[in-house]
Amino acid sequence: MKFGIIVFPGSNCDRDVAMVTQRLLKVPTRMVWHQETDISELDVIVIPGGFSYGDYLRCGAIARFSPVMEQVVAHAQAGKLVLGICNGFQILTEVGLLAGALIRNRNLHFICDRVALRVENAHLPWTKAYCNKEVITLPIAHGEGRYYAEADTLKALEDKGQVVFRYCLPTGEINELANPNGSLNNIAGIVNEQGNVLGMMPHPERMADCMIGGIDGKRLFEGLLITRV
Amino acid sequence: MAQKYHSRIYVTLRSSVLDPAGTAVESGLKQLGYTGVEGVRIGKYIELSVRATSEQAAREQLEQMCDQLLANPTIENYCFELTLVGEKR
Repeated sequence: MKFGIIVFPGSNCDRDVAMVTQRLLKVPTRMVWHQETDISELDVIVIPGGFSYGDYLRCGAIARFSPVMEQVVAHAQAGKLVLGICNGFQILTEVGLLAGALIRNRNLHFICDRVALRVENAHLPWTKAYCNKEVITLPIAHGEGRYYAEADTLKALEDKGQVVFRYCLPTGEINELANPNGSLNNIAGIVNEQGNVLGMMPHPERMADCMIGGIDGKRLFEGLLITRV
Repeated sequence: MAQKYHSRIYVTLRSSVLDPAGTAVESGLKQLGYTGVEGVRIGKYIELSVRATSEQAAREQLEQMCDQLLANPTIENYCFELTLVGEKR
């Protein structure tokens, strides 16, 4: 298995992801500059967090037109794995691989915090290392993370089990108190209908070492390796 | 023969989307004493010039630009005005 991490001008979590896949998990990883057009040898594409193109116009709106994105879409359409974290999630919605949009946090603040999340669907390649309804802790750091979708889109996501992570209380309860940014249905992460494209606002790559707070995020990447063994 | 058109594009949040910045500005206006203010919504205004063979062609280009990049149809609506600037070549 080989990971590829897309690097846009303004990406800033790219090396954090490489630290997890390459250094901690010892999986071959290649940094992919956004101008590249051949990513065919890669198995998992990660679109990392950051501020691609300065978040101008809308978060992710300009990054989606980078040359590499056509290949990322083809990669996803071939059923291969694509993970978008934070700005990566915003890019995946802008390019149309995931439904909905991520807009200004309800309280207008840039939120940098550690949040509890409930794993809502443990039957995906992304969640092999988690249990269903397990509560995990991951950091968030975003100003535009409020998940929004039209009512019928939202219903389809829920009906088809496409909501993967939801903001919750440490006890696992889902309510407004646990919702940091005003996301509809407390949504923190979703997959496409096929389940091979995951977008999430929390940062699993920043929770991959006990020295810096825990390994709940590392398990997401470990789960991918279990899938392929 | 291409003509130059000037366009003013207005991108607004769809009414179903909560606009916390608009709400904050509205409360600011009320604190200033404008108690009759309601429904503040903050959008984007974009200006550009475009060359096209006809107003219809310019209009089509602008619609494509808005659909593809300038607005996100999931959360935003757009409208634009066109003015003929002058003839070119």
